[in-house]
Amino acid sequence: MSHAAAEPVKTVKFFTPGVFIVLLVALNGLVFIAGRFIFGIGAVTNLDNQYPWGIWIGIDVAAGVALAAGGFISAAIGHIMHRERYHAIVRPALLTAMLGYTFVAFGVFIDIGRWYYIWHPLVMWNPNSALFEVGICVMIYLTVLYIEFLPIVTERFMGRVNLPGILKVFNNLLNRLLTFLDNALGKTMFVFIIAGVVLSSLHQSSLGTLMVIAGDKMHPLWQTPILPLLFLISAAGVGIPMIIFESLIASKSFKLEPEMKVLTPLASYVAPILGVYLSFKLGDMFIRESFVYLGEFTAQSIAFYIEIVIGVIVPLFLFLNKKVLKTPLLLFMASAMVVFGVLINRINNFVIAYHPPYADYPYFPSYGEISVTLGCAALLVLLYRACVMIFPVITPEAKANHS
Amino acid sequence: MKNINRRNFLKFSSALTFASAGLTSNAKAAPNNILSPDRMGVLVDTTHCVGCRNCEWACKTSHGHDAGDIEKYHNREVFKEFRRPKDHSFTVVNEFENPKNELIPINVKYQCMHCDKPACVSACIVGAFQKNEMGQVTWDGGKCIGCRYCMVACPFQIPTFEYEKAIEPNINKCDFCFERTSKGGIPACVEICPVEALMFGPRTELIRVARQRIKRNPERYKNHIYGEKEVGGTSWMYLSSVDASQLKLPKHKDKTAPGVSESIQHGIFAYFVPPLALYAWLGGIMWISKRRKEIIQEVVEEEAK
Repeated sequence: MSHAAAEPVKTVKFFTPGVFIVLLVALNGLVFIAGRFIFGIGAVTNLDNQYPWGIWIGIDVAAGVALAAGGFISAAIGHIMHRERYHAIVRPALLTAMLGYTFVAFGVFIDIGRWYYIWHPLVMWNPNSALFEVGICVMIYLTVLYIEFLPIVTERFMGRVNLPGILKVFNNLLNRLLTFLDNALGKTMFVFIIAGVVLSSLHQSSLGTLMVIAGDKMHPLWQTPILPLLFLISAAGVGIPMIIFESLIASKSFKLEPEMKVLTPLASYVAPILGVYLSFKLGDMFIRESFVYLGEFTAQSIAFYIEIVIGVIVPLFLFLNKKVLKTPLLLFMASAMVVFGVLINRINNFVIAYHPPYADYPYFPSYGEISVTLGCAALLVLLYRACVMIFPVITPEAKANHS
Repeated sequence: MKNINRRNFLKFSSALTFASAGLTSNAKAAPNNILSPDRMGVLVDTTHCVGCRNCEWACKTSHGHDAGDIEKYHNREVFKEFRRPKDHSFTVVNEFENPKNELIPINVKYQCMHCDKPACVSACIVGAFQKNEMGQVTWDGGKCIGCRYCMVACPFQIPTFEYEKAIEPNINKCDFCFERTSKGGIPACVEICPVEALMFGPRTELIRVARQRIKRNPERYKNHIYGEKEVGGTSWMYLSSVDASQLKLPKHKDKTAPGVSESIQHGIFAYFVPPLALYAWLGGIMWISKRRKEIIQEVVEEEAK
């Protein structure tokens, strides 16, 4: 291996005051999750027959899938295009995607009324349904992500299995199993890597198809037959900013040097994708003449302006600027804006734009809904922190310089 | 350096083009439906309806819901607020002021429209909804996972969900009295209607009757059968003296409710060709870039010798 090896983070302790706050947010969320399973969805949410989907679908599922796009983008760049220099970001992005999709699945589990039937789509098919396709693709992709992560587990524990006490007898067996897995996966991994990229392209776009069927119930600023294309491009566009966003937070939190040697060239991909996205988005707006709604002063038009200006146009200009690409703080801000933009876009598509014919009041998430959404995000952060301390995920910049 | 980046970007953007080509080309229609040409429907003549709400009572009774005393349904106080079907009220009657005659209000019965091409059937992740041969759209509680996508999809905002239940929440909506109508019977609401505001029969026949009524009484009726063409046609249709939108019947175009969503789905998955082609194409890029890296390394090593 010509590139530096990743290793478990040892620079800081797991628990810090900040981590305790995150832990509290997670616990608060878990309380409401318990409430949902004991008393039903109606007890903790503001969902009703007018608004069947709220932020659990808009943020936990839709935005969750989009923000985990770093996984397939980094796999495409690192493995499929074989850009050696980007190897350092492949593992953190993979971990994010794996945890992200795990929580997407968990989010679905919480939101569906009959959670114990979550396996039904596996045996009861409706190929006309966009949701069916999203469901199946996400299930397979989640499996693929776990398989892609396995080599990191084998690397960590192969030849080092040391179970305490009576479990010692399994040490040899487990070691052999890990060696076998490592061997088998090494030879077949390319199959899963390509599958992961294909599956991602499919369900990232189908997630956009979901709301097409809502027809007139969706505000014309968002309702368009090219929604799947817009979802795919925006997912591709947010992949790299999300990787940068996390990498910079991680290096700050773990007291490591920011990996600018990797992030700056990586960031140069962002502006072109944002440009393509913006042209499709605006082109579609002019073809459908939906710009007439921009003159109105409504929650929808304001949400649209926020999404497109803060989320796309401003970061597009920032990413075109070389100084921004080279300065950690500016790069962080530009990336955060894209992440924010895609988050708002998914909320807009699934929540703000939705207006059923008999609605007589707007939807606003309850305290319980917000708690669960924040709680899931907090749990994800905690698991990520634990994983990078256990498994070789992050490549320290200092070592990378030496090699 | 710049060159390589641009080339990579071109590779990437061609991947997008490729994916989007799958969306638009090759879009084919949904599979043929099994609808019978003699399928049944109901014609609601809102100019006949007197708002007795016997249909609400009959609906509850025949579905085994707690209906109570029929006399209570004649209380007109409930018309003060606009009601929607929900839980164990698969149908409700509302009242509107009549702009033509203040003394005779307009009463309108609402329930599932039983679309010919239902969005719920198309949307349901597990196929729990079914459009039956004779027109009924029914829900199978044994399949439903409670995702509520049917509610997002329905253009008439009909399916409702039991949010208060932690276990086995149902999706509720009118089933066109499937138990009765599948055995040649007539729906409970139609049966009890004292003023023949509801007429049950073959859909094509109902359209003929409706046209006749409009022709004979052009002052009485708007020249529009609501549901004949809306969202591609519905089993339940309405005649009224005022514009349908004044009776809170949502304005819809003639295109079917699933719209382009099925074409997009089938375009992406046209016999699995687009996903497999994308797979092969990415595999090709992977092989080429890996090989190029190996060759460069060999050259470097040879030079080093």
